Amino acid sequence: MTIETSRRHFLAGTGALALGFTLDVDASAQQGPALPGDLRQHPKISSWLRIEANGRVRLLIGKVELGQGILTAVAQVCADELDIDIKRLDITSGDTQLVPDEGATAGSFSMPNCASAVRQVSAEARQILLGLAAAKLNVDTAKLVIQDGTISSADGKRATYWELVSGRELEVEATGKAPLKPRESRRYSGKDVPRLDIPAKVTGERIFLHDLRPQGMVHARVLRQPAYDAKLTELNLSEIEKLPGVLKVVRNGSFAGVIAEREDDAIHAHARMQQIAKWDLPAKSETQDTVYDWLQSQPERLLKIKEQTNSALPAEALSVEATYRRPYQMHGSIGPSIAIGLLDAQGITHVDTHSQSVFETGQAIAELLGADKSKVHMRHEQGSGCYGHNGADDVAADAALLAQALPGRPVRVQWMRQDEHKWEPYGAAMVVKTKARVDNNGDILDWRLDLWSTSHLARPSGKAGNLLAGRALEKPFDMPPAVNNGPPNYAADRNAIAGYDFAGHTVHTHFIPTYAARSSSTRALGAYANIFSIESFMDELAHRAKVDPLDYRLRHLKDERARAVLQKAADMIGWKSRQKRPGHGFGLAMARYKGTASWNAVAMEVTVDRNSGNIRILRVLCANDCGEVVAPDGVKNQIEGGIVQSLSWTLKEAVRFDASGVKSVDWISYPILTFSEVPPITVELIDRPGTPFLGAGEASQGPTGAALANAVFDATGVRIRDIPFTPARVKAALG
Amino acid sequence: MPMLKVNGRTQDVRVPDDTPLLYALRNDLKLNGPKYGCGAAQCGACTVLVDGQAVRSCVTTVGTVTGQSITTLEGLSTGGKMDALQRAFMEEQAMQCGYCVNGIIMRARQLLDQTPKPTEGEVRLALDGHLCRCGAQNRMVRAVLRAAQEG
Repeated sequence: MTIETSRRHFLAGTGALALGFTLDVDASAQQGPALPGDLRQHPKISSWLRIEANGRVRLLIGKVELGQGILTAVAQVCADELDIDIKRLDITSGDTQLVPDEGATAGSFSMPNCASAVRQVSAEARQILLGLAAAKLNVDTAKLVIQDGTISSADGKRATYWELVSGRELEVEATGKAPLKPRESRRYSGKDVPRLDIPAKVTGERIFLHDLRPQGMVHARVLRQPAYDAKLTELNLSEIEKLPGVLKVVRNGSFAGVIAEREDDAIHAHARMQQIAKWDLPAKSETQDTVYDWLQSQPERLLKIKEQTNSALPAEALSVEATYRRPYQMHGSIGPSIAIGLLDAQGITHVDTHSQSVFETGQAIAELLGADKSKVHMRHEQGSGCYGHNGADDVAADAALLAQALPGRPVRVQWMRQDEHKWEPYGAAMVVKTKARVDNNGDILDWRLDLWSTSHLARPSGKAGNLLAGRALEKPFDMPPAVNNGPPNYAADRNAIAGYDFAGHTVHTHFIPTYAARSSSTRALGAYANIFSIESFMDELAHRAKVDPLDYRLRHLKDERARAVLQKAADMIGWKSRQKRPGHGFGLAMARYKGTASWNAVAMEVTVDRNSGNIRILRVLCANDCGEVVAPDGVKNQIEGGIVQSLSWTLKEAVRFDASGVKSVDWISYPILTFSEVPPITVELIDRPGTPFLGAGEASQGPTGAALANAVFDATGVRIRDIPFTPARVKAALG
Repeated sequence: MPMLKVNGRTQDVRVPDDTPLLYALRNDLKLNGPKYGCGAAQCGACTVLVDGQAVRSCVTTVGTVTGQSITTLEGLSTGGKMDALQRAFMEEQAMQCGYCVNGIIMRARQLLDQTPKPTEGEVRLALDGHLCRCGAQNRMVRAVLRAAQEG
C-alpha cells in the first residue's frame, strides 16, 4: 500500500496523474492481498522455507530464541499450515548468511512479524506442492488430501513433498492469496506443544552458546573502564604477556584484552590488568539521586506527541498533579554476555553471538573492523535471557576485535559479572508528571502527561560508535546522536498516550539526547514507567472522586477489549467482594502495550507491615488478550515472567552510581526478587482466534508496577510515586 | 595432578589445585551443566553436587574436592533414564532461557535426597539462594513438588 501511495505522489508531481491511476490499478491487481509481517520485505518463499532431503523441512527465520519460546511457536504455525508433523522441522535462525533479515528480536514483534509471515509462507508452499501433486498425479487439487507431507487421492495415488520438489519450485514470491486453515483443522496452534529447547536444557546437552567448543578455541577477557568515558593512560603489556598461559595482549586506546589458552589463565591475567591499569577519570557528577533533577535541567528535544484540546474545559475545573520517578534498572542477565570470534583464512570474521540484532550488530562490527559488511558473519546461538539490549552486542564486538589478533583461532570472550552489571545499557531513569482537570464528579475533562527520559534505543544499529569497544579505541568512533522513536511504537514515550477517552489529552516528551548513565532498550522501554504513572494517577483520581478504581477506569474507557481484560482481572481476584482490612490492600491496573499489542490487566493483593515497611504480595491475577493465541502456555510463561520481573523492578531495583562509576556491581549490591518473595500468580488468556497475533512478551511490565502501587495505597492510604518501593522508602512514607 | 571423580568416572585433570572446579568441569571435562554466572557464589548457576551436597563450583577449588564424588546435571541421567527432576522440569515447562536451571535442579536434588516430600515453603527456602531473572520461579517450584510426587 505504501508503494502505491508514494508512486501516486511521485507521478502526480510530474503531471502524469492519469497514467499513474492506470499503473496503480494494474499494480494492485498483480500484488494481490497485502503480505503479512516480514513477508513484505522478504516475499520469496524459499527465503523462509525449504523442502530438504530425507523427509525434512527447514525453516529459516531472522527472529531468534531468547527463552521466550519463539522457535516452538513458529514451528507450530508452520507445521499446521504445511501439514507436516512438527518433528520434521529443522529451524535455522539468526544466521546472517542464511536467513531473512527481520531486524531485532524485540518489542513483542516476533509473533506479529515473524510467525504471521511463516504462517502465510507455509500456506503458500502447501498450495504450490498441492499444484505440483495435482499435475503429477493427474488429479484435481480438490480431490487431494495431505497428511504429514504426503499428498494422496481417494484412489490411492500419492506423492510426497520430497518427491515433488526437485529444484527451484519454491523460488517464487508469495502471493498472499493462499488460504489459511480454519482453527479446527489445525493440529498444533492454540495447543500446548512442549518447547523444543527444553530437553537439552534439563540434561546439559549442548544448546547454549557457552557450550560451543570449536577446535582450537582460546579464552579472552576484556579490560573495561572503571567508569564511563575513563581513559586508559598506562598498562604494562609485557608484564601481562609473561603471565602463565597468556597468548596475546591487545591494546588499542582504552580498549584492552587478554587471550589465553585456558579460561582460568585469562581470568587471572584480566585481574592483574585491572590492578595495574591506570586511568584518567572524567569529571561527571550525577548520581542515582541527582539524576531526576539532571533530567529536567538538560537541553531537551520537545516532542508534542499528542495535542487534543478540550475547548469546553471550564476555567474553574479542579486541577490535580503528581510526579513519578523511575531509576536506572538493569536487564540483569544471569549469564554474563559471551561471544566467540574467528577470523578465517578468507578474511571473514565469524561471530557466534546471542545478540538480538545479528544483522545490524554485524554491520556495526564491520565498521569497527574497517571491513565490508560481507566480511562479518554473525550466527545466533542461545544465551542467557537478555530482556532487551544487554551486553550481548558489545561482547560480540570484543570477540571480533580480539579475533583479529589471533587469526584461525576461535576466541571466546565472556564478560565477568562485574562487567555485565557495570556496562550493560540500563533501562533509562525517567520522570513522569501528570496533571488532570476534573469535573464536580471527579471525572477527567483534561489530561496532561510530561515525561523526561534519555534514549531507550542505543542498539548497535549498524554503527561502531554504539559499541563499547568502538568508543574505547585509540581512534574512537563517535557515539551516534541519541534517538527516540515516533508512532506507532514510540520509545521513551511508549504508552505515554493513555488508552482512556479524555476530552482533552496532551502528551509531551522531553527527550534528553545525552546520558547520565548508559541506557538503551530494556523490556517495555518507557512503557513501564509511563503505565506505572498513568495507572497510579488514575487510581489517585478515583480516590479523590470517591469512586471504586475499577468503575472509575471503566467510566473513561470505551475500548471493548481493554474493558474485557480489566473486568476479567477484577473478577479473578474477586474485586467486588474484597474486604477492607487495615494493612491489607488490593490494586488494579491495565494497559494495551504500545497501544497496538496485548491488552493486559493485573490485579494484586498485598499486605504492608507499617513497622518494617515490608510489602508482602499475597497473590497476582492477570488477564491478557494477545489476539489469536498459538502457544497458550508460552504466552502465560511470558506474562508470568514479566510480572515477576516487574515486581522485582518495582520492589527492589535501582542502579547506584556516582562520579567514580557504577556501584551496583553484583547481586549483593543489586538485589533481585528471590524464590521466597515470588507470589502465587495466575494468568488467564482471552483467546481471539482469527485475529492477528499481537505479541505478549512485554505486556505485563507496566500494569504490574502500577497494580502494586495501587495495592500499597489501598493498604496504607499512602501513595508511593518513586520506584523502587524498598522497605526503607515505604517506612519513611508511612511516617 | 588432581584426580576428579565426576559422574561416576575418575579422571585426571591437568590443572593446579587452586583452579575453580567450574573451569575444570567445563573446560577440561567438557561438561555443559554448570554455568558461570557470578564467580562469587551469589547466583547458583554453577551448582554441582559434591558427595550429595549442593556446592557452588565457581568458588570451590579442585584441590578441595579431589576424591569426592562430584555429580553434574549430566550425571543425573543414568542408563538413559532422566532424573525425576529433569522429567518434571520438562512437564512443567519450568523455565524461559534455562541458564539458571542447572543450579536449580542440582540444589533441588539435594533437597529431595534429604527431604523426599518437601512442602512448598521448604522448596522455596531451599532455592532462595538461586537467582532466576526470567521469572519462572513458580514453575520451578511446581516442578520440584511434582518430582517429589512422581520420583
